[in-house]
Amino acid sequence: MTVESSAARKPRRTAAGKAGTTGGKTGTTGTKRTTRTTRSTAKKSTEPDLVQLLTPEGERVGNAEYDAYVAGITPEELRGLYRDMVLTRRFDAEATALQRQGELGLWASLLGQEAAQIGSGRATRPDDYVFPTYREHGVAWCRGVDPTNLLGMFRGVNNGGWDPNSNNFHLYTIVIGSQALHATGYAMGVAKDGADSAVIAYFGDGASSQGDVAESFTFSAVYNAPVVFFCQNNQWAISEPTEKQTRVPLYQRAQGYGFPGVRVDGNDVLACLAVTKWALERARNGEGPTLVEAYTYRMGAHTTSDDPTRYRGDEERLAWEAKDPILRLHRYLEASNHADEGFFAELEAESEALGKRVREAVRTMPDPDRFALFENVYADGHALVDEERAQFAAYQASFADEGGH
Amino acid sequence: MAEKMAMAKAINESLRRALDADPKVLIMGEDVGKLGGVFRVTDGLQKDFGEGRVIDTPLAESGIVGTAIGLALRGYRPVVEIQFDGFVFPAYDQIVTQLAKMHARSLGKVKLPVVVRIPYGGGIGAVEHHSESPEALFAHVAGLKVVSPSNASDAYWMMQQAIQSDDPVIYFEPKRRYWDKAEVDPEAIPAPLHKARVVREGTDLTLAAYGPMVKLCQEVAAAAADEGKHLEVLDLRSVSPLDFDAIQASVEKTRRLVVVHEAPVFFGSGAEIAARITERCFYHLEAPVLRVGGYHAPYPPARLEEEYLPDLDRVLDAVDRSLAY
Ligand SMILES: Cc1ncc(C[n+]2csc(CCOP(=O)(O)OP(=O)(O)O)c2C)c(N)n1
Repeated sequence: MTVESSAARKPRRTAAGKAGTTGGKTGTTGTKRTTRTTRSTAKKSTEPDLVQLLTPEGERVGNAEYDAYVAGITPEELRGLYRDMVLTRRFDAEATALQRQGELGLWASLLGQEAAQIGSGRATRPDDYVFPTYREHGVAWCRGVDPTNLLGMFRGVNNGGWDPNSNNFHLYTIVIGSQALHATGYAMGVAKDGADSAVIAYFGDGASSQGDVAESFTFSAVYNAPVVFFCQNNQWAISEPTEKQTRVPLYQRAQGYGFPGVRVDGNDVLACLAVTKWALERARNGEGPTLVEAYTYRMGAHTTSDDPTRYRGDEERLAWEAKDPILRLHRYLEASNHADEGFFAELEAESEALGKRVREAVRTMPDPDRFALFENVYADGHALVDEERAQFAAYQASFADEGGH
Repeated sequence: MAEKMAMAKAINESLRRALDADPKVLIMGEDVGKLGGVFRVTDGLQKDFGEGRVIDTPLAESGIVGTAIGLALRGYRPVVEIQFDGFVFPAYDQIVTQLAKMHARSLGKVKLPVVVRIPYGGGIGAVEHHSESPEALFAHVAGLKVVSPSNASDAYWMMQQAIQSDDPVIYFEPKRRYWDKAEVDPEAIPAPLHKARVVREGTDLTLAAYGPMVKLCQEVAAAAADEGKHLEVLDLRSVSPLDFDAIQASVEKTRRLVVVHEAPVFFGSGAEIAARITERCFYHLEAPVLRVGGYHAPYPPARLEEEYLPDLDRVLDAVDRSLAY
């Protein structure tokens, strides 16, 4: 069955034979990529070699390879990207504040990574499937997951909080790198089904060291799976800088597995959108996996329990603040007259309203019923769980007799 | 000179002593350097011993344990940190198929003095995979020694002994006790690594526990004393090997045994203890050995962990049931 259905996916298979397989030898799919790889190999590993469409000053710069992917973008869509980033940042700030107030047990902030997440998230289609790690609040936003659903696990009322299939947005994964394999397997399934959707897996620069991520590269290359690996290199894995994970720029890893890797300015929402669209299109066309390294910066702490002052100074953050993804698009929108004062004011009001909604949702979020402990342990039921549930119930009831626990 | 210190600090001091005493001792793990580990257990060690001795590793647990095995083969004594209990599983293959078995496979020629430190257990309100108690999964594997201190002094001395051991030792640190203080005397003569200790004498029933549950059992015994019941509390200290002689001696005296651990009861260490003690003490027992622990369910979200974890009432309940036989 699987053989027939993959044969049915003719366009992808045909293209795969060309790009995927031959590309597998050299890790390049054409001269363009070879040029990129060669250029960056010559550079020092720490030096970014970025695809950029918007400079930090908000100037639109041309790029022969990727301009086409955002060529038709309308002012309204640009404002939409801006709105997404602003609201995501607001949501994130609200969650951080709620953690400080004791309403959340923990929060992993995405501050600084809005462009990488919104750009890549907006590049996906509803029928694509997204496998996030635990910081992809902006991608969740793009997928239509209600942001308040993301807070349950951080408040400690559940270990997930949404149905992955309602938005094709998988549950957050805390074990580093695990989901890269799930994404690959899912993509293998998509290919077998002959569907033309794509899969995207998110992970960090630290995660790139995990065996699971290496294995997902192997599997996706060997099976020419329609998956995009979107690595947000935010420069740090808790206290460890990227240099503690790799001696070559991360995107170059892909070459060794036989598929292209590209480094994009992760603070440039347009470039992230364009490059991810390109990579997803490759996947759809049967050209196999791509590694996108979004070169960005985690402006805040790793999580609210982290103390970055122990391992990094302020200068670095200040340098990255100058490259703020939101500021950059703001400048461009203003300079190009694509947005006026009214738009920004309206967005500010919307942002306030979102903050309020999130605060209220968290404060009124009910604690789970204690019997939830025993729910969904198995799909089919299990005698031991039934027995323990009954014991638990009897135990709880013994307190009720004494007038409550 | 004895000093009062928190368990995390005691482990830190113990690691420092080991690094000082033996140039072959290495510390490895994620964030163990500048950050001093997420619990600050390795705080300051890299500053004093350098990056060659206190090594920040890439984010790869299989890599951490696998390379520690190689370093041990080369004569080093690595002490590796797994950041949280739930993250040991990428390394589980290396631990189970390699670390545990190489000594036997080499007909005793190869020794692997590797210590794997794992902060474990719940009660700190953490997210998924940060609160689990996987000790039975390791104790089940021959070739591994599994220990868990319950207080700062033991944490200090058991670490010294674990590092000196020529066998791999899985060293479970009860993270919710990291900040509890106790006297630590670096000149003391410590008890052997795998010996249990009576922490409170009693005559009516034995409570056996290790790691985070020892303190709870002491509280239970204190509460029971108010009701005129005299419970003996055993700190097992080591899960593999287990000091069955100590449990037997206590049960022969009290005739009743309740085992308490955080890990799920089903196929847990309590099951092993119950089975063996039933064999050894069949004619002494006045009641079946009872177990208190986690349910056969995934570790729940933080807001439900109080329901999941053994607490004073649940242990007292088991005590009452045992005494009712
Ligand atoms: C297997 C595993 N090991 C360790 C951890 C603890 N941990 C959580 S996040 C993190 C750093 C991750 O860094 P990176 O992959 O760069 O992603 P970032 O958080 O920076 O986005 C670590 C070590 C974990 N969650 N899973």
